[in-house]
Order: sequence, then structure tokens, then C-alpha cells
Amino acid sequence: MSGLSRTATNRIWTVSLLLLAIAAPFFCYPVFLMHALCMALFACAFNLLLGYVGLLSFGHAAFLGGGAYIAAHVMKAWGWPPELGILAGTAAAALLGAVFGWLAIRRQGIYFAMVTLAFAQMVFFLALQLPFTGGENGIQGVPRGRLFGVLDLNNTYIMYYFVLAMFLVGFGIIVRTINSPFGQVIKAIRENEPRAISLGYRADHYKLVAFILSAALAGLAGSMKALVFQFAALSDVQWGTSGEVVLMTLIGGLGTIFGPVVGAFVIVTMETYLAQAGSWVTIIEGVIFVICVLTFRQGIVGVILPYITGRHRQPLGQPAAMPETAPTKIPEAVGGPS
Amino acid sequence: MPDWLHIAIPPAPLLFAQLLVGLINGAFYAMLSLGLAVIFGLLNIINFTHGAQYMLGAFCAWFLLSWLGLGYWPSLIIAPIVVGAAGIVMERLFLRRIAKLDHIYGLLLTFGLALIIEGAFRQAYGSSGQPYVIPPELQGAQNLGFMFLPTYRAWVIGASLVICLATWFVIERTRLGAYLRAATENPVLVQALGINVPRLVTLTYGGGVALAALAGVLAAPIYQVRPQMGSEIIIVVFAVVVIGGMGSIMGAIISGFALGLIEGMTKVFYPEASNTVIFMIMALVLLVKPAGLFGRAA
Repeated sequence: MSGLSRTATNRIWTVSLLLLAIAAPFFCYPVFLMHALCMALFACAFNLLLGYVGLLSFGHAAFLGGGAYIAAHVMKAWGWPPELGILAGTAAAALLGAVFGWLAIRRQGIYFAMVTLAFAQMVFFLALQLPFTGGENGIQGVPRGRLFGVLDLNNTYIMYYFVLAMFLVGFGIIVRTINSPFGQVIKAIRENEPRAISLGYRADHYKLVAFILSAALAGLAGSMKALVFQFAALSDVQWGTSGEVVLMTLIGGLGTIFGPVVGAFVIVTMETYLAQAGSWVTIIEGVIFVICVLTFRQGIVGVILPYITGRHRQPLGQPAAMPETAPTKIPEAVGGPS
Repeated sequence: MPDWLHIAIPPAPLLFAQLLVGLINGAFYAMLSLGLAVIFGLLNIINFTHGAQYMLGAFCAWFLLSWLGLGYWPSLIIAPIVVGAAGIVMERLFLRRIAKLDHIYGLLLTFGLALIIEGAFRQAYGSSGQPYVIPPELQGAQNLGFMFLPTYRAWVIGASLVICLATWFVIERTRLGAYLRAATENPVLVQALGINVPRLVTLTYGGGVALAALAGVLAAPIYQVRPQMGSEIIIVVFAVVVIGGMGSIMGAIISGFALGLIEGMTKVFYPEASNTVIFMIMALVLLVKPAGLFGRAA
């Protein structure tokens, strides 16, 4: 591999992964693949915040579930076509992200995590109590309908390729964002917020935009999930889902582009195989959390990336993704507009 | 109370009943946010396991009763010691190893431990609750004229007030508390003065955990002993901590009780919002005073 240039290596990997994704539904259970792709997009959206801005949101379930509920409602109760349903779910999550982000970026570090967790719990209670959400049953029997009036999404393969296409769109937006000038600024904020501010960047502004983008993509993932399972589930807005996305990102590799995808496939696979094992899933997830935090902070991709790409080593993926010094004290002094 | 008042304000019994429920909830918010604040002050981590440790306290009391026949009063002493000791082991085994990393890792680690503990108890005891009988000395109710006050609830409010004020006294008025506050400000300097800061950290964590377990024992006869009792309350307690700010012990106590009362009042006047009112207050506080009501100025 070392004889090839960096772009050529990248291209080979991209093409072979794409071919794999296209061929996958013929030798893998398609619903499992669609589930994993939705969660992978969700985890990538989450990683945009934690891995690249350094903000730990412990309430991303609100955006996944919020998107799912709105998409399911407009498609089932109002008879909207799937493309508009997904658009509505994504827009609702973006709006929710704008409000929560605007409030939450006033606090840094672990306070940010607690604030987002609390807001997500509020969305959970709303999903439990609002008249259109179906309480503990969620919204069931959502029609998949015809995409653009032509493609029948009840066909599993058409549905799969639609999910794959939407995943690639979302993933492309994230990669493009990270490699843009905007992406450079958010990484600067992650590394040293006071310095970014002193250079004239409005850190809060950048954080908010990244937060809204992340929320919108999580909403897109949730809308797709509602379409795949024809079901907006209460568990999508539960705090456990917020924890799960943290785990996917952590085990896959924090601050790496492919890490969350790998992590999502690992966790969804585990959940699928252990579906009958009751609370053992929770226990194993907890054990993985502890192991990852104590000894495996680079994650799967963070560990293997140097080997498969030779020189192409991401300097971001390492534990330095989150500064090792105490960040809460200094940024607090410069932070919110109080 | 004159008769016309009952007619003028029909929901008076409801009002007092919900005030009492609010005060009880507030007592638990106060005790739990107090422990969180103490642990955060010295260890700089948000102890996500706090809810699970509160649940462990309740289960410990239940084990003592159903396995060893030890009643409520010995449990009040034994359960906090047992769970606190488990907390000390946890601090030595896990938390100490990540003390130098970003604080976010502390949150993730304690979250993982909470998942393990809650998952294990759910696997063993299911989601339904185990009843715990109110001790005979505290059964019955007092007639206060305007309402019936169950004796056990009065005891919980009184006991939690004593526990909160005692903790405040230890931290703000004793020599040990002075060491603790000094180590919060500057651990290196305090260690240079000959105080064993790592041991202080371990003891503080054990103390905070014991506080959570004590709250769990007090809660056992009121709420049923259930594996999810911890995760249900801990998120609300996080919101309480954000509202109060973690800088001050008294702040944690006052905001805990006050938010419990507000929640109870909301149940009377607009029950649909009672689950969300604390989070809405948190949003308001973030707008007006992001550092929290009692937090040190940002």
C-alpha cells in the first residue's frame, strides 16, 4: 500500500466500501443493515459535535426521536409523502437543536452534558404526554408510501438503497463540513477556545451552527429509522439512546470520520444478537463503556487507521480530541454572554 | 378553620397533599444534589452512578430485611456504610485512573458503571418494585387540623433536613471540612502542607456515595424498591444542580427543596407540566444567570 499516493489509497478504500454497501443486502438481512446505517448516521452527527467541537451532548436522543416522531406523524396522520416526511422530521430536529443549542452553549464541559441531558428528558416527557404521540406505544403503522410518487418503498431493496443514499448524503455533508474552513475553526475552538476567541472568531456562533447541523442530521437519521421500521418508538427519545450514541462513537473512535460508522455497526450487531437476553445488553454496554474509557480511548478506527493507511494518519483521532487539561475552568471565564 | 374557607378554596386538601409530596421529593433532590456537589467539588467529576448508588441503598435495606431480618433502623446505619465502602473500592479501582483526563471521561465512566449496576439489578429483580414496610414506630398519621400528615413522611422531611444541615456543618464549620475546601481550591498546595489528599479524595467520594445510599434507605418505604428508581431521579437532580450551581452547599439544599415544592405546586395547578417544569426553570435560569442561582460568578 505504501507505493500508492494518499489520494489513491483513499480512493481505493472509498470505492471498495461503496461496492460492499451496494452488494450487502444480497447476503445480509436488509432491515439490520438499514437499522445500522440509520444509527451510523446518528453517531456521525453526534461525533461532529464531540469529536470536532469538543461538546459532549448527552441528549442527542431528543433529535433522533424528535425527528422520528414528527416524520411518523406527518406521514401517518396527514398523509404526507416520504420525502416531505423526512424533510419535516429533519427540520423539526434542526429547530429543536437551535433552541436547545442556543441555551446549552451558555455552559461548558460537563455542565453542557447535564443541560442537554435534561432538555432531552423534557422531550421524552413531551413524547409521552402530547396528544399525537401515542404515549408508551409510540406511533405505529407508519406507511412507507412511494418516494416522489414513483419508487415503492415497501420493496425492501428500494428502501435499502434509499437509506444508503440518504446516509451517504448525510455522511458527505459531515466530511465536507469537517474539511471546510468552518471545520478548521471548530477544531480550533475544540483545541483552545479562548485563543480562537482572541483571534476574533465568535466561538458561540460556530458552536451553535455545528450544534444545529448535528441535530438536523440526527433528525434525518431518526426520520429514516421511523420509515424503515414504520414506527416512532418511545425508546428513541429515552436517555438510554443518548448514552448509546456516545458509546458507538467512543468504541469506534472519537474524532475519526469512520469511527462512528464502525461503532454503530458493532453496537447494532450486538443488540440484534442479544435481543432475547434482556438486561444483559445494558450490562455489556456498561462494561464496554468502562473498558473504552479506561484503556481504549482511541477506539477501533483510531487504533487500526495508522496500519491501513500508512502515512495517512489523522492527528485528530487520538485522545487529544479532548484536551487533557481541565477545560472547564478557563473557558467558563470567557464563555457565555452572561 | 372556618367553613367558608373550604368552600372558597375547594382544592385545599389537594393543595396540602401535593405540597407534602413536593416537599418529600424536594428532600430527595436536596440530599442527592448535595452529594453530587460534594463529590464534584473535590474530584471534579459528575457522578453519574449517584442514582444507581441511591438505588443500591434502598436495595441494601431490602436485602437486610428479607435475608437477615434486620429492620429499618439498623439499615439506616449499615446500608450507607456498605454502599459507601463499595464506592471507595470503585474510586480506588476506576476513578483514580482517569483523574488526570478530561472531566468528560469521568462522566462517561460513571455512566457505564451506572448501566452495569442498574442492568444487573433489572436482570435479577425485573422492573416491578419490591415493597418495603414502614417501620412500626413510624406508621400512622397525625391530624394537623387542615390535613392528615403520615408520620413516616414527616420523619423523612425532618431527617433529610438534619442530614443536609449536618453535611453543611461538617463542610463549612469543621477542620475536616476546611481541609476539604482547601483541597478543592488547590490540591497541590494542600498536599505540600502534609495532608493526604488522595485519601481525602477517596473518603469524600465514599461520603458522597453513603449520602446517596442513606437517601435510598429513606426512600425505600415511600417509593417501591425498584432497579430504575435511580435513573428516574438522577436526571432531575442534574437539572436541580444546573439551576442551583454547584459552588455552594447551602445552594444545593435550598434549590433541592424549592424545586420539589414548585413541582408539587405545578401538579395542583397544571398537572400536564409537572414532569417538565424543572427543565423549563433550568432553561430560564440558563437565560438569566448561566452560572446557576448560587453558582460562583462566571
